[in-house]
Amino acid sequence: MLGIGLIKGLSVTFKNLFTPIFTIQYPDKKVGLLAYSKHINKSIFQILKENPKIFLMGIIGMVTIPVKIDQFPRFRGNEFVWYDDRCTACASCAKYCPLGIIEIVTHPAGENMQAGENYAIDKFDIDTGRCMFCGLCVEACPYDALHMGTDFERGNYSRVNLVLDKETLTSQDKNPSSWFRPQFESNEYNPWEESMSNSKDAGRHEKPSYQKIKEKWVNKRKTDG
Amino acid sequence: MSVKSEPITINLGPQHPSTHGVFRMRVTFDGETIIDLEPIFGYLHRGSEKLAEERTYTQIVTLTDRMDYVSSMLNNQGYILALEKLANIEPKPRGVWLRMIASELQRIASHLVAIGFLIQDLGAWGTPLTYAMREREKILQMFEMLCGARITNSYLRPGGVFMDAPVQFWDALSEFTQNFPSEIEELEKLLSSNEIIFSRTKGVATLTAEQALNASITGPILRSTGVDWDLRKSDPYDYYDQIKFNVPTHTAGDNYARYILRVQEMKESLSIVKQCVERIEPGPIRPHHDEVPNLVKPPIGDCYSAIEGSKGELGFYLVSDGSISPYRWHVRSSSLINLTLLKEMLVGTLFGDLFVTFGSIDINMGEVDR
Repeated sequence: MLGIGLIKGLSVTFKNLFTPIFTIQYPDKKVGLLAYSKHINKSIFQILKENPKIFLMGIIGMVTIPVKIDQFPRFRGNEFVWYDDRCTACASCAKYCPLGIIEIVTHPAGENMQAGENYAIDKFDIDTGRCMFCGLCVEACPYDALHMGTDFERGNYSRVNLVLDKETLTSQDKNPSSWFRPQFESNEYNPWEESMSNSKDAGRHEKPSYQKIKEKWVNKRKTDG
Repeated sequence: MSVKSEPITINLGPQHPSTHGVFRMRVTFDGETIIDLEPIFGYLHRGSEKLAEERTYTQIVTLTDRMDYVSSMLNNQGYILALEKLANIEPKPRGVWLRMIASELQRIASHLVAIGFLIQDLGAWGTPLTYAMREREKILQMFEMLCGARITNSYLRPGGVFMDAPVQFWDALSEFTQNFPSEIEELEKLLSSNEIIFSRTKGVATLTAEQALNASITGPILRSTGVDWDLRKSDPYDYYDQIKFNVPTHTAGDNYARYILRVQEMKESLSIVKQCVERIEPGPIRPHHDEVPNLVKPPIGDCYSAIEGSKGELGFYLVSDGSISPYRWHVRSSSLINLTLLKEMLVGTLFGDLFVTFGSIDINMGEVDR
């Protein structure tokens, strides 16, 4: 009969009217007074005393609090995490990048050149304005010095600000993503709750010291004859 | 009394919201009936095939993501299969099962987009599309667990996948496989018996099997004309020969057949996913770097390898000159070839059927122009 299919379809939409909302309000959501006082960690009376306008807005549920969406640990984020003391300036990341946006300038500085640790890095620029976050540079890094980040709200008014230089990379918060870093997943590390500022935690293996390398490659051979 | 009338030519696109991207058509109307149609494409041409000639074989995986951006896992799979054939790489079993699971989930996601936007083009603004996107969102979240990205995955590597699936992925997958049949049922209850959809799609833009075969059309459009041709069955790649599944076909060849076929294919894909989960075993996910280095250097030669993409046969042709990057990379994109019969489908139909047909062909401009 004509119209039965329509009524069937409308019953589905009617049923969905009472199912919970699955969309997420982003970047802000409107909340009531209790949730707002919990968010800013102040009691309701303090809000009334300090800002009566927000108190009134809160009564009708119209104050806004920011919402931060948690991604999954492998999320390839907008900033890179780089540990300068792990990096040997081998430039594997720069060679592996499909777009060629990593620029590394080094100069030889130090006495232990053969140990591979004494190239001083003058410049380590990642132009995230052209980056597509494929993560191949992270995959290429043999010493776990470069990691994908987890931040994603990095809007800027100028393209120049999107270039991550050496100073930014060393000074910013280090919340590496577990993309291509299985050691993070086994440790149940959550990048949104804790940061990883110590570079020793970040790697699968530690960078061997000069003494160790000398022991392994020079002294041992001498004894072997 | 007679009114003098003459045909009028209208330009549609390239920036028209219903053309699914930047697609342009020059359509000639007699009243409201289409009498001539000329598709014009190339507005999204990014030169992927040329770009690939100066990238290494692993870096090209990122280019395939950006071709058909609603089914990037399938593009990854097609390219990696061609590379494995060219470089004689033996994939690891767990990697193959994982990429089969990922690509079948991607097929479901792609078909959900196709159905949602077909109904949207019919004029049902929002509601069915929202239900379809709600399910697709679950799949995209699973992809984020797997590889950290939702659309541009770059999950596959020569010989397998780059990283094993996390524990939370298996939980989400078992929840999804349990709930998805009822969601399809809901979608079918909403749409499949709706009289408005019947009257708008049944008998519109009909294709015969002969026409489709002559134009080398593949995928759901070919199967909706009654030809039983699915590369997973007729030329099995990966482990599809160890899996039991049906290839649904229809004989009508009209817009409704294409729609209902996609619904049935989603059910088959779900059963494939379930079987893959049962068969998967622990083990290495990709060959060790000693076997397959980061810079793959295939021997001199060429190869063509095709998979059954969500829109049809997705073929990759690679020519190697023995160096780290291919000499030539060509993509046989199904969306482009499926568009070639647009004129034959649409001449004689009304203006309102144009966009409905467009939605039912399910093209993706990223794949058409590459």
